Amino acid sequence: MNSKQNWQEFFIPRLIKACGYSAIVFVALIFFFLLREGLPTLVEVPLKALLDPRWYPIEEHFGILPLISGSLLVTVGAMLVAMPFGIGTAVFISEIAPRWVREILKPLIELLGGLPSVMLGFLGILVLAPFLRVFLNLPTGLTALAGSLLLGAIAVPTVVSIAEDALDAVPRGYREGAWALGATKWQTIWRVTLPAAKSGVLTAVMLGIGRSIGETMTVMMVTGNAPVLAVKLNSIFSPVRTMTATIAAEMGEVASGSVHYRVLFFIGIVLFLISLIVNISASAVIFRSKKRAERILS
Amino acid sequence: MKSVRLLLLALLAFSLTACDSTSNLGSEPQAFVYIENKGSDTMVNLALAWAEAYQNAHPEVRISVTGGGSGTGIAALLNGTVDIANASRKIKPEEVEQAQANGIEPVEFVVARDAIAIIVHPDNPVDRLTLQQISDIYSGKINNWSEVGGEDRPIVRLSRETNSGTHVYFLETVLRLGEKDNKTLFSMDTLLLPSSEGIINEVRQNPNAIGYDGLGYVPQDLKIIAVAKTESGRYVLPMISTVNDKTYPIARDLYVYTAGQPEGAIKDYLDWIHSSEAQEIVAELGFVPILVYNP
Repeated sequence: MNSKQNWQEFFIPRLIKACGYSAIVFVALIFFFLLREGLPTLVEVPLKALLDPRWYPIEEHFGILPLISGSLLVTVGAMLVAMPFGIGTAVFISEIAPRWVREILKPLIELLGGLPSVMLGFLGILVLAPFLRVFLNLPTGLTALAGSLLLGAIAVPTVVSIAEDALDAVPRGYREGAWALGATKWQTIWRVTLPAAKSGVLTAVMLGIGRSIGETMTVMMVTGNAPVLAVKLNSIFSPVRTMTATIAAEMGEVASGSVHYRVLFFIGIVLFLISLIVNISASAVIFRSKKRAERILS
Repeated sequence: MKSVRLLLLALLAFSLTACDSTSNLGSEPQAFVYIENKGSDTMVNLALAWAEAYQNAHPEVRISVTGGGSGTGIAALLNGTVDIANASRKIKPEEVEQAQANGIEPVEFVVARDAIAIIVHPDNPVDRLTLQQISDIYSGKINNWSEVGGEDRPIVRLSRETNSGTHVYFLETVLRLGEKDNKTLFSMDTLLLPSSEGIINEVRQNPNAIGYDGLGYVPQDLKIIAVAKTESGRYVLPMISTVNDKTYPIARDLYVYTAGQPEGAIKDYLDWIHSSEAQEIVAELGFVPILVYNP
């Protein structure tokens, strides 16, 4: 009995430690694999070809700019939807709604977050795209706008739950102080509570961006996938092709080791770097605000 | 990835039929005849359906079907590793040369046909186009339906993704009009949809759209465009008769190749493929059956 306990004491902490380190190992392995498969692109494909305005891989047109611009456009659009909606909903839940409304709203929003994205894509193809085409008199509803609206809907739950936590963490004394000074409810929210929760709200937005730029299925179904360089103002009303949709659509059939295969992995690296930048800036914001809090406390 | 899935399917089909026959195996041990069949991904479902039906009727024959592409199948035939190669294109002259160098004389059989239908919204007044007009629409030279006798509406071009064999066939036969040195490309704003279903959905609800798809996949409620080879030519709708007499221009033959004139079990199998029973399976799967001469 005793020896068994000793054995457990020896084994279990090490097992837990291995679990903890495994995450680092996996990320490193994935990154290494991406680099190994994707970096040869820079040798095999001249830089000028990567900046080609056309993406047509079966005829050796490997311009990735249309794909990057497509992803960025859809993501910016999604954030324009998700930011006001998400932060507004978070403020309503945390500051305004009576207790019973909050009790209904929170699980409902979490349910929205759990919706499979392929279902939203279906909704987009069957309802949203036809509606947008008729309502805005567009040639087709399969546009960056449709993708942005749906991605916004996907990002809203992320934004709401994190921003709401941040608002909840603002000490009650802040609000009471503002009310005591005669501030209205709106003035308290806008001038006191939201600025106090700024870093958490920013994190919420950053994670929302990360969520939308990596989303694949929905955008593949509703954005039309036409690799057009999206630089004009009205590009939001035309079809675009995102990096994620390109990888998903083409990776299954590409010959392993071919130039096309390498370029797809290269796009994966670009995507990885973009999410990395978003994540690092999110943690930088948190880190800075933490240091500030430590300064105030000391 | 796809070939793995197809292999699994083939194994499944194989094991299913293997199950039925274990019962007679006990009573009288039989010598099995094995036929290896490999090639075109377009045809793999068809080949599987054929193999399944044939094995049900002839339990002594085992047919294993794998995909991988027309080129893979023909290469395997030249190396002597398969008995029958499926191909959605004709064998190339250099492949014939290589075969002869290996002492193999490939023999070609047309086993089915595949027609690509051009589809539009049922309210679109345009019901006929020439090949040149379709090429100009998809390459971006024609951008409004009024230029081809329709309403004043922008044209929304729909296509399958670039990895689809149908996409490549459409590029070569329609956009480039079958000319080898023609380098026409799809207009950049062509919507590349990941599935047949995506194309059909968009055409169904969007009167601006034009799309293409295998004839077998087109539902009743869409309008199929009649196509002419030249402006003075006859406009023809895709159907079994027009595909078979070659008046419908966007159709391809589907082939199988054998090494030398087939004999024994392989000959029986190919004869059966040309029977009306096997050609009914062709029609069920949305391909165009070839003419069957029942003596």
